[in-house]
Amino acid sequence: MDFLNAIVALSNYVIVPGMAYGSQLALGALGVTLIYGILRFSNFAHGDTMAFGAMVTVLVTWWMQSVGISLGPLPTALLALPFGILATMALLLFTDRMVYRFYREQKAKPVILVIVSMGVMFIMNGLVRFIIGPNDQKFLDGERFIISAREFKALTGLKEGLAIKTTQGLTLVTAVVVVILLFWFLNRTRTGKSMRAYSDNEDLALLSGINPERVVMYTWLIVAGLATIAGTLYGLDKTFKPFTYFQLLLPIFASAIVGGLGNPLGAIAGGFIIAFSEVTVTYAWKKVAGYLLPENLAPDSLVQLLSTDYKFAVSFVILLIVLLFKPTGLFKGKAV
Amino acid sequence: MTDTVRNIALFGVVAVLITITGFMQSWNSALLIINLGLISSIMAIGVNLQWGFAGLFNVGIMGFVALGGLGAVLVSMPPTTEAWAAGGFGIVTGLLLGAATVVGAIMVMKRMKPGRTRVITMLVVLIGGFFIFRAVFDPAVESVEKVNPAITGYLGGLGLNVLIAWPVGGLLAAGVAWLIGKTALGLRSDYLAIATLGIAEIIIAILKNEDWLSRGVKNVVGIPRPLPYEIDLQKDASFVETAAGLGLDPVIASTLYVKIGYGALFVAVLLLVLLLAQLALKSPWGRMMRAIRDNEIAAEAMGKDVTRRHLQVFVIGSAICGVAGAMMTTLDGQLTPGTYQPLRFTFLIWVMVIVGGSGNNFGAVLGGMLIWFLWVQVEPIGLFVMQVITSGMADDSGLKEHLIESAAHMRLLTMGVVLLMVLRFSPRGLIPEK
Repeated sequence: MDFLNAIVALSNYVIVPGMAYGSQLALGALGVTLIYGILRFSNFAHGDTMAFGAMVTVLVTWWMQSVGISLGPLPTALLALPFGILATMALLLFTDRMVYRFYREQKAKPVILVIVSMGVMFIMNGLVRFIIGPNDQKFLDGERFIISAREFKALTGLKEGLAIKTTQGLTLVTAVVVVILLFWFLNRTRTGKSMRAYSDNEDLALLSGINPERVVMYTWLIVAGLATIAGTLYGLDKTFKPFTYFQLLLPIFASAIVGGLGNPLGAIAGGFIIAFSEVTVTYAWKKVAGYLLPENLAPDSLVQLLSTDYKFAVSFVILLIVLLFKPTGLFKGKAV
Repeated sequence: MTDTVRNIALFGVVAVLITITGFMQSWNSALLIINLGLISSIMAIGVNLQWGFAGLFNVGIMGFVALGGLGAVLVSMPPTTEAWAAGGFGIVTGLLLGAATVVGAIMVMKRMKPGRTRVITMLVVLIGGFFIFRAVFDPAVESVEKVNPAITGYLGGLGLNVLIAWPVGGLLAAGVAWLIGKTALGLRSDYLAIATLGIAEIIIAILKNEDWLSRGVKNVVGIPRPLPYEIDLQKDASFVETAAGLGLDPVIASTLYVKIGYGALFVAVLLLVLLLAQLALKSPWGRMMRAIRDNEIAAEAMGKDVTRRHLQVFVIGSAICGVAGAMMTTLDGQLTPGTYQPLRFTFLIWVMVIVGGSGNNFGAVLGGMLIWFLWVQVEPIGLFVMQVITSGMADDSGLKEHLIESAAHMRLLTMGVVLLMVLRFSPRGLIPEK
């Protein structure tokens, strides 16, 4: 019984949140890694792109809530999501046209593009704050839990409860669907194949008649979708606050690099590695240890390796270890 | 128009802008802009060394600036003897044990043959060391933080003159920069960017949470000043008399006096840093740096140790940012870890370097002063513009209220637009590299 309780406690505090957070990071890292693979620079504006997409979704959600449209038990934000994606697509295509294309034609060094993306980040950040303000915003509605702790206890008779929030379930399902769609697109369709060819070897791809501008356009469109979905899911699961999206940059980049920049599969694996390390290192193991260890050995302290304030340190340390021992990432990414 | 005339004219424009501020708003705010502009210029020189000379992309400036601030606290605040008695020994032992663990792990890594035994030994050393470290460190921290938490609750500093803190802040920043550079330099250029982004967040997290070190979000206030307090000046009869002789109110005169005093100190540091940076730029070392920046492979073929030189310039540049950070904390008289924002302390400095002219030290100084002026003044200007735009709207309209409220966020937008415009139309900046 104690063993079961321990497993339930572990799932409740580590596995379920870790899965949800991991999916959000994976979606974010996929966007970063795609841009890196096709456009060949690290996009610092990605966090704020997520914030922008989520913001449009929040605004449309509010409008829908005010006119009484709802999805029943599911959050209304799901209905608003396509609008968010469309707006973000428009924004990204516009920035590409106004900003990035010029440097592409000049064949500017990647580091210049990184600085340019920093400028774009400033503007997007200012835009989001200008429109919605810097504060927390709530836009979650519908059923809160798939299964709440009390229901679970009544159902199983265990001492520990397992709560799964709707947003957590939703995050996982959406992430799986999106990833399947993305991989189907990259591996089966003509455009997807031309994107991969372009990423592998630009010159060869150009010689075989692939239109680079088309590839770049599709990349931005896909990235807009990924960023908006990731941003909205994160906002639903936690809360929408512009600054947190900027702070997400570090774990997202860590995920992409740990998996190998430019490698979509690596981005997903990296997302989950970073998320689970963050959650396990900052989780207080007292409860689980209390169930598993004999009574006289049960710990008095929280058995928390690091306080939650240091969660960024976790992704950072993993990043450093990978950089030291395997600079191309776990799955082979682009050259060092 | 020769270059020199043009450059002097550019500096003249900034001077005129600040003078206008002095007449239109107040001389106090004009002096405040100058003082923080001077500090920003020093940071910009540090970043210019890294980016302009060597092409290194550092986005962790905030972290190094904050370390400088910590240096100011550690040097100048009086030591809390009670806290030292309660847990000082434990904390020092704990930190030494922690360092010993890391060193031990590195030794295992270097001395043992690669293989499973090495991995296991390393893990044992690291995990065992971590638990011993926590066992010694945690109780000590708890007892230190219990000592009069409303006022101290931390170990305090050394109680030395705050001016000593400036180089010390630089040394702290240099140490951390060395650690980062050791791991991230020599890899792709973006990796350094991400590593520095990370270390900056972590340094701020440490300052916010390690109360025994920096009192965390409770802030350290009342850091000793190198200059007299305004209130003491106002009580000083001879000062009041001199002020009256100049036709000034003693209160205003005292604030101006202190600000000018700080300004003089900052100018002295700026001139020193600028002189050193100019000498470095013109020396064989500077030429080598630029050669490495322009073509790493060719420089390496000439026998230059590229990674080592990169590490060197990265450490020096970060140290300069640390010095500037210590100066800023001294000017504020307090360390407030909650106020360190990457947009203000990292990315704004980048805008200064790019706008001023990367690779040119005078450009960095000009960019520092000009962009800081804009950063301060865009808010009132934005508010004014919004009021003009919304003047036709009804007073109770929600849109009007929202627009006026959001005017404060115009800064980020403006800075982004300025950065993109300069990069696009004048990528070499206002004062280009020669």
